[in-house]
Amino acid sequence: MISLALRLPSASRRAAFAKIVRNEARLAWRRPVGLIAGVAIPVLLMVIFGEISAFQQPSAILGGITLFDVYVPILAVFAIAMIALLGLPVPLASYRELGVLRRLSTTPVPRSWLLAAQGVLQLGIALTALAVIFGVSIAAFGAQAPVSSGGLVLSIALSAAGLFPIGLMVAAVARTANAASVVGRLAFFPLIFFAGLWLPRNLMPTLLRDISNYTPLGAAVQAIQSSMLNGFPPAAPLQVMAGYAVVFAFLARRFFRWE
Amino acid sequence: MASASPAIMESGTASSDEAQAAARQPAVEIAHLSKTYGALTAVDDVSFSVAEGEIFGILGPNGAGKTTTVECAIGLRSPDAGTIRLLGLDPLTQRDDVREVVGVQLQSGALPDKLKVREILDMYRSFYTEPADVGELIKVLGLTEKLGDYYKALSGGQRQRLSVALALIGNPKIAVLDEMTTGLDPQARRDTWDLIRGVRDRGVTIVLVTHFMEEAERLCDRVALIDSGRLVALDIPARLAAQARGGKQVRFVPSDRFDDRLLTSLPEVSAVQHDGQHVVVNGSGDLVNAVILQLAAAGITARDVELVSLNLEDAFVKLTGRHATEGAMS
Repeated sequence: MISLALRLPSASRRAAFAKIVRNEARLAWRRPVGLIAGVAIPVLLMVIFGEISAFQQPSAILGGITLFDVYVPILAVFAIAMIALLGLPVPLASYRELGVLRRLSTTPVPRSWLLAAQGVLQLGIALTALAVIFGVSIAAFGAQAPVSSGGLVLSIALSAAGLFPIGLMVAAVARTANAASVVGRLAFFPLIFFAGLWLPRNLMPTLLRDISNYTPLGAAVQAIQSSMLNGFPPAAPLQVMAGYAVVFAFLARRFFRWE
Repeated sequence: MASASPAIMESGTASSDEAQAAARQPAVEIAHLSKTYGALTAVDDVSFSVAEGEIFGILGPNGAGKTTTVECAIGLRSPDAGTIRLLGLDPLTQRDDVREVVGVQLQSGALPDKLKVREILDMYRSFYTEPADVGELIKVLGLTEKLGDYYKALSGGQRQRLSVALALIGNPKIAVLDEMTTGLDPQARRDTWDLIRGVRDRGVTIVLVTHFMEEAERLCDRVALIDSGRLVALDIPARLAAQARGGKQVRFVPSDRFDDRLLTSLPEVSAVQHDGQHVVVNGSGDLVNAVILQLAAAGITARDVELVSLNLEDAFVKLTGRHATEGAMS
């Protein structure tokens, strides 16, 4: 139903898309709930953890790494998850609620562009947050540089590919922006628990860690931590993340409502 | 009930517009449009065409099917039956071409609070191949001072005008405006009417959805009256009013009581009613003279004589059995 063929020449088409992204960026900056939750909070936590000297002591229980090393991947997925589950769906639900999407569908520009613009913007925000978290933790707080950069990039890409469609599902089940914000948080907290925010995976009882292995954030932390400390991550967490990406991409496509 | 209806005075110009319009290609052609939602028939076999350069009103109570008709017409909904052509284009299969030439203002379409008017206009402008001169557009709409304001800070009237601006920003050949003046104060409403006339004078065809009688009467060349999904009447406003009137109505206070048959025997008179001390006579032709001469012959004089012209509101009530604004209450 949605036609992407516009009469606009491709240069003007790019300009139109850029203007949508730009206005979305302005909105994200002017109502910075997503930026605070997705960028400021994890970065702040990283700085605080980096300053705590106990976090910097190699620990026998953790297998000789520091608690700070354990937390860097957790804070990285914290950022991706907040942006995917809150930053992405709340504006989309609000545009549907306000009729912005309806208005857009009366113009030559397809309403799917607004979704794409949000995706581009939120991905940009997530990459910024990750660059700061990894960059500053390595440069200023003595975290290990990744043993496998390729593994890190792949792990991040897969976790975003799984979490962004989950965010779209949040926008699909929530009727209003407020509901999206509630649903997003409700999804975030159990997921971040299994990522190990309160009890790092290395310290989890076996059963809990087994469950964690099959959650999107648990798998992401496992893959990122492995890339940082050991080398290219094992197949299992990558497969779990890829599975979530495929399933939720399908569900989001199936259930996302424009009106 | 208004006396001297402005629609009557405008009837001369409306007919010549109509004749002029008939000569041109129709801008909008809708034939046998039907749309049902489950058991509810929202639009039932509606057909009409709108000439280029015409201001065409779609009038009806809330829930009559006006908005569904318009949404089908612009391709936002697919009808169950019927054909739609906008400047010869099918809005369902030629979506992109239609979007370039049709500007739409929907009834419910807010914008993000934290965008500035300038940013909104700049973005929507970039969607069209040949956009309008934004500076001129917002000047006419009185929004020039508001360019730097957030959408949130705009009044209801300003938001409505911005919405009209976005409908016109692509330099459309057809503008579809749904409840464009709802929520505006009377002055803003009149200003918007002037704006719409100005847009029409530049050759744009206007399709106006409204439940305001006065708006349809003052602004529209022709009006389609829709009720319960059906097209009840389609005519120039003055003639619709005349249709409802079925002639004329005279009210007066007689100097003495008289037998109704004195008047009902006249060929000009169709009905005689009593309203307190007033007598209300419906009829046609030279009604006032006939009634007064007949009364004088019987030695009765009439004072406070009043010739009541029924207007579009009356036409509406007569044709649909309810007031246009009634639906808004429930």
